[in-house]
Amino acid sequence: MKRNSFHSVALATVAVCAVFSHSAIAEELSIMASGGAWQDAQRKAWFEPFSKETGIKIVEQEYLGDLGKVKAMVDTGNVPIDLVTVETATVLQGCDAGILEPLDYSKIADQSKFIEGSALKCGVGLDAYGDILAYDPNVLKEAPTSVLDIFDTTKFPGKRAMRKFPAQNLEWALMADGVPADQVYEVLGTPEGVDRAFKKLDTIKSDIVWWDAGAQPAQLLASKEVVMTTAWNGRIQNAIDTDSKPFKIVWDGQILEYDMISIPKGAKNPDLAYKYLAYISKPENNAKLASHITYGPVRTDATEFVAADALPKLPNAPEHMKSYLVADTEFWGDYGEDLVKRFNAWLAQ
Amino acid sequence: MSRVQPANMDRGQFITAPEAADTRSVAAAIRRSQARERLRSFALAIPLLALLLLSFGIPIAILLSRAVYDPTIANALPLTSAAMQSWSSKEIPDDKTFEALAADLKASQQKGTLSELAKSLNARLPGARSQILKTARALDQEGATDAVSVIKSVPFWTTPGTWATIERGRHALTSFYLLSAVDLRWNADGTIERVPPEQAIFLRVFARTFLVAATVTLATLILGFPLAYLISSVPKTVGAILIVAVLLPFWTSILVRTAAWTVLLQKFGLVNDVLLWLGVTGTRLDLMYSRLGLVIAMTHIQLPFTLLPIYSVMRTIQPSQMRAAYSLGGRPLTSFLRVYLPQVVPGIMAGCLLTFILCLGYYITPALIGGAGDQLISNFIANYVNVELNWEMAAALSFILLVFTMGLYAVFARMLGLDRLKPV
Repeated sequence: MKRNSFHSVALATVAVCAVFSHSAIAEELSIMASGGAWQDAQRKAWFEPFSKETGIKIVEQEYLGDLGKVKAMVDTGNVPIDLVTVETATVLQGCDAGILEPLDYSKIADQSKFIEGSALKCGVGLDAYGDILAYDPNVLKEAPTSVLDIFDTTKFPGKRAMRKFPAQNLEWALMADGVPADQVYEVLGTPEGVDRAFKKLDTIKSDIVWWDAGAQPAQLLASKEVVMTTAWNGRIQNAIDTDSKPFKIVWDGQILEYDMISIPKGAKNPDLAYKYLAYISKPENNAKLASHITYGPVRTDATEFVAADALPKLPNAPEHMKSYLVADTEFWGDYGEDLVKRFNAWLAQ
Repeated sequence: MSRVQPANMDRGQFITAPEAADTRSVAAAIRRSQARERLRSFALAIPLLALLLLSFGIPIAILLSRAVYDPTIANALPLTSAAMQSWSSKEIPDDKTFEALAADLKASQQKGTLSELAKSLNARLPGARSQILKTARALDQEGATDAVSVIKSVPFWTTPGTWATIERGRHALTSFYLLSAVDLRWNADGTIERVPPEQAIFLRVFARTFLVAATVTLATLILGFPLAYLISSVPKTVGAILIVAVLLPFWTSILVRTAAWTVLLQKFGLVNDVLLWLGVTGTRLDLMYSRLGLVIAMTHIQLPFTLLPIYSVMRTIQPSQMRAAYSLGGRPLTSFLRVYLPQVVPGIMAGCLLTFILCLGYYITPALIGGAGDQLISNFIANYVNVELNWEMAAALSFILLVFTMGLYAVFARMLGLDRLKPV
């Protein structure tokens, strides 16, 4: 009996030592992303090859993309993650609130090689995605040719779905009202411009079904709840490719946005984090994600590395860049909170 | 409570004078021993009270204090704040204030607090964020030689409204967030006014939250009362089965139940299929993303909370009482109203109050089932906490909700005599 217990103690000690020594040898990098198909794609394109190349183990976590969780970590001084993926507007917010670390681009890559607006002070771009219009050709006999056709209820009657958020909708409303793309944010920065955008949205308000989560547009189309919907291009492409849905994407009038990755303030392994950022920012690596999800690279010199079959589905493929708008994150950093409130008040009217 | 009250002994009339002093010392002794006892029972409750205070009271107090205490601007602009002590007009301050501002902006850029300042001012004055960052960048380039004209070249700083906002913001104690939470604001003259209608939202959302909570409470009462009566009057085995039927969904996660309702209520879902098949409606109803769908789902989730307290009271009422009432000539309705109902009222009150207060905090069900016009106040609080990172505004909304709820509770207690709820 006594012998036995001695043995088990000895064994446990060895086991504990083994665990500790193991963790001391293998370096770990903790990355929090927003889950789903997008995180799966990152795993295949970046996490696994990076681990194989460097021997650094990547520990994955998931969250909903809400900065409140990161703020709570930083405020309490207990930051168990080294990198976090965020939307562009969120990078700006997190930067302002002192939650995200300003980046040292000398440790990552040449900042000028990124598409404009995709290499920010506190976040470096991962991919570019498009806010597009999707429809089911079996339901709509006549094909819409621009995202702005969502405002045409005589040519395309029926319910249409839009994201329950002022960003993109206000831009599209102004463009549909005749404002040229390069003046949209200038106009939207004035009270009259905001009134004008809401007035345009008023014309289709009773026909709008609002969506919150990125997976909803495909569901709304599939259940024939709506005849057309705005969406993130990857979600619709996913429904076409894996669920064999007959949906079509309208690229003209799309709004381009970027997904980003940041280092939270107080992260434990900044050196490893920079190593990862440098790895994924190499043009040949930046292009790899497109083979796993239809989001395009953010480096101007990465297009040549994109797999040939993936290129035509990307939002920043040359043939999709005929008429588009790049989302102005500075604008939304300034007016976002105010416009969200105004938008909610407008919804409730 | 059956213990002899020392106060009564004191007042005893049959005690003669010489004995009185004696009695008083006895009474005092009793009081002393009772005080000791009270102290002991209080000591027993101390761990619980401490836990409540540490895990509940203090965190809530700290979070709520953010609604009125926001030192960001005061901390970031100490020199400007000092220079503005004498500023009271609606004009642009003197050059000394601009110099102080330049020094403050540079210092806070070095300390890394500039963005926080920009964010805080932006919440009060939309668009201020980029103006402040722009000014700081310009100051960085030009050097300190002509800081005042650098700042003055940005139109933002030569607008009186900017300075009025800073003047109000430089005090750490602020009423800005609480006023915003009830759709009010300071205007340029220093008086409080209503915000313009296109920005007024929270009062409407508060009213909607209370309306939905009241509707759901009423619906659970209408459904729950007869059901509770049925369960308490059928044989024990049948009653047990019915109770399990009520409790089974109660043990399921609220998220699962909400998701189940989205499957049932959607346009091509089961409810619409059945209604169409029965010929109740000609077209498919929009039950999802509507107030009706929200109330249906919330009623289902809240039913056990209303039903169980009512049932627990009904179980204790002897059926013989109603028989006695009938035998004394009471008609069914009269007997019900005068004998049965008064005894059930405490259960109804407890159940309804529980459901009503729980409904005020609903978040996930309105988010998933409600439409754009059915979002309750918790959805807005969550948005300010998670998305906008404006915890001050979240705290202010929470504070107003707490005050409204407690006020309503007080009114209920007054009107309907909540002391009936106390154990007899």
